[in-house]
Amino acid sequence: MDFQSLVYQGLIGLSLSMYLWLVAAGLTIAFGILRVLNFAHGSLYMLGAYFAFTLYYSLKLNFWLSMVLAAGLVGIVGLILERFLFRRIYPLEEAYQLILTFGIVLILSDTVKMIWGGVFMIPPMPNIFVGTVNILGRPFPVYNLFVICAGLAVTGLIWLLLERGWWGKTVRATASDREMASALGINTPVLFTTVFILAAVVAGLGGALSIPVRVVAPGVGTAIIVQAFVVTVIGGLGNLKGAFLGALIVGLANAYGILLFPTIELFLIYLLMALVLLVRPKGLLGG
Amino acid sequence: MEKTIGEIRMENRNRVVARWLLGLLLLVLFILPWTLGTYVTWTASNILILALYAAGFNILFGYSGLLSFGQAGFYAIGAYVCAKILLGTSFLLLGFLGGVLAAGLAALIIGFLCTRHTQIYFAMLTLSFGMMIHSIIWKWRDVTGGDDGLVNVPRAPLAIPGLFSIDVSSVESYYYVVLVIVALGIFLLWRMVNSPLGLALQGIRDSEQRVAFSGLSIQKFRLIAFAISGMYAGMAGSLMVPLLKSADPGMAHWTASAEPLMATLLGGIYNFAGPMVGAFILYVAKELIARYTEYWSMVLGFTVVVLVLGFRGGVVSVLQGLLFRRTGTVSKRGVDA
Amino acid sequence: MTGLLRVEGLIKSFDGFLAINRVDLQIQAGTLTSIIGPNGAGKTTLINLITGKINPDAGRVYLDEIEITRLPIHERVRKGISRSFQISNIFPRLTVFQNIQLPVLARLGYAAFPLASRDKFSQANAEVEEIMHAVGLWGKKDQPAGVLSHGDQRLLEIGMAIAPRPRLCFLDEPCAGMNPVEHGQVLDLIMHLAQERNLTFVIVEHDMDVVFAVSDRVVVMNKGEILADGTPDMIKQHEGVREIYLGEDVLGYA
Repeated sequence: MDFQSLVYQGLIGLSLSMYLWLVAAGLTIAFGILRVLNFAHGSLYMLGAYFAFTLYYSLKLNFWLSMVLAAGLVGIVGLILERFLFRRIYPLEEAYQLILTFGIVLILSDTVKMIWGGVFMIPPMPNIFVGTVNILGRPFPVYNLFVICAGLAVTGLIWLLLERGWWGKTVRATASDREMASALGINTPVLFTTVFILAAVVAGLGGALSIPVRVVAPGVGTAIIVQAFVVTVIGGLGNLKGAFLGALIVGLANAYGILLFPTIELFLIYLLMALVLLVRPKGLLGG
Repeated sequence: MEKTIGEIRMENRNRVVARWLLGLLLLVLFILPWTLGTYVTWTASNILILALYAAGFNILFGYSGLLSFGQAGFYAIGAYVCAKILLGTSFLLLGFLGGVLAAGLAALIIGFLCTRHTQIYFAMLTLSFGMMIHSIIWKWRDVTGGDDGLVNVPRAPLAIPGLFSIDVSSVESYYYVVLVIVALGIFLLWRMVNSPLGLALQGIRDSEQRVAFSGLSIQKFRLIAFAISGMYAGMAGSLMVPLLKSADPGMAHWTASAEPLMATLLGGIYNFAGPMVGAFILYVAKELIARYTEYWSMVLGFTVVVLVLGFRGGVVSVLQGLLFRRTGTVSKRGVDA
Repeated sequence: MTGLLRVEGLIKSFDGFLAINRVDLQIQAGTLTSIIGPNGAGKTTLINLITGKINPDAGRVYLDEIEITRLPIHERVRKGISRSFQISNIFPRLTVFQNIQLPVLARLGYAAFPLASRDKFSQANAEVEEIMHAVGLWGKKDQPAGVLSHGDQRLLEIGMAIAPRPRLCFLDEPCAGMNPVEHGQVLDLIMHLAQERNLTFVIVEHDMDVVFAVSDRVVVMNKGEILADGTPDMIKQHEGVREIYLGEDVLGYA
């Protein structure tokens, strides 16, 4: 593999990493703060894709507006889910959390089937993103570059939210000691709702961003959640930096794996997950 | 305080009720193909296989407290090995034997690695190994047929060369093969649950640490439970292949691991009969609801949510309350009378 | 008297907090030793280290001069070390009988038998019955252990601790949460078991009157170290011990 295709494939991998990261980020935040492992998080990504599809393609809204609205709508779904279901899930044993959120996966994927039908859809690329840029003399799709930038921008926003300002401070305090946080007068139920909404919005945005290049279908939720699990496990459950690193690793492994071992690239990713769990169950960056 | 006469009477009564129910069930299962037609026989075969799958799964989940999301991998190994054998030779029993042994061996190896962990880590590990099996089946086209799967698998005769050969190519005759093997499998499982091994596994579920301080290696017993449930999954997969006459990669996908889990939850995890009753309800409900709506998963999803939030004892504990009189059972968090 | 257990230079810290600091200890066979000390002194941690619940950062543990420092829990149990827990750690969904049955079947080597009915092992059954009579729970044998009263659960803890027929048995606050009458009964039971089964007990106990009445030897811990170690009379005279208990009048000086 020459240097040129190495870079090319690396960029493809990075754009893939961003979708994974946007799902894994929410998964990690939910696990770290709410202590719930959410199978249904991939379904929020799926919802983001469907909302964006309808807004952008069926209702012919502006692309940017569609992205923002889709993410916002997923946030509202997140709000409803948290208020009526997840709140009851937090105290359950982990096995039951997994089972219950799996039930939500079933409900949500049938819901989209009911509304949008079970077919695969790929809407056309927005005009501004049509075309390629030359990178080391090789054409590279503009949209993938945009996804990388958008992913990094969202990462910056999450960082700002969590590390700067009152909300982030409260969240971090609650994550490290729930009882203490309650004792200090932090309204944990409301805080948890906002945390869940953030996680949902980020995943929904990931799904929305995926529509011009990845298929929109009821199965995308279960497909991405397993990969997102791989990502969070590799990075360390509940570790946000670890999840980012994990997303980079899995995205790049996917891209290079397809090039180098086209038949076993998926196998390799699950092998990687199993190896991390066996050798370092706390993940690469877990404490 | 010894048992009162009333208590002894109640126990005897419960035992008699249970025996009658079992006898009645076996009678119905035995005459079913003659009286209810091919469709019902086909359905019953599917239910029996799912019941075996779920009952084996519950050894791991309900009895040992370990949730596996890789069970479909062992089911698929059983199915594919059995299919390969039946496509090559025509010995049904050899196909079953091969399927069970291959699944058991895989479960031993994978279990050795997975049972070092519990809870989420165990679930994630089994998920990753299950998906490894899935990706091998998906990609190894020369052997597994890739996404097409293996088709035209014959319902080979039930034979031991030189001794006997029975044609089981009809759905009705194959049903009896399934019935006998499932009944045998469940009988063995019943013995297991009531053996010292079964006690050790239930101990692990209640308090791992106390089992270790009783002088037993937790990891060894977890591995035994894992291997047993892996073998049962392989047996279920092997039985399914001649019924469907095919095997497909979807059998190994992690979402397929939810099937025995749902059956078990539905029926009740703290009860031996739970997974089997759950398999029956799950399958029949699916058949019935599918006639009215294609959105069967949604109904299932809502059922799961309601079960986990409201009735973790499952259907059997509700039925038990009606059929048998109880003195009280204990849940993990305390007592529920 | 022969040395049964020997502990050398045991160290354990949690997140930089030194819970056990260079502890040396010997336990003679056939004695009843009490470990006392204020909360957080490291009593339970010491038991956890010796019984294998956690591993030490440094130091060694020997049973009969055979090193067991890093053996898994179940192998230590087979070599003769058992314990009870400060917070009852029983099998709540199993019956009281089954709670004792499991360790007994384990000791006899039957626990992995997959197909035989567990109630058909007559030697095991006899042993279980005997232990249950000894701790006074035979009448409740078919109740789920989770529904037992707190006091009965404490008795079951003791029964489960002696079921593996240990040579050395640690009882971590066997009387925790009991009223004075029950408290006395449990101590009588422990003395009785020690005599009848020739058991070596190490108990963690808070009631000083009791400690001085029943113990052959008292080990006083404070801040992860052994402050004093000797016969009850020696401990009563010990300056340092009087100091840490000053004002509490537990030693009867005030």
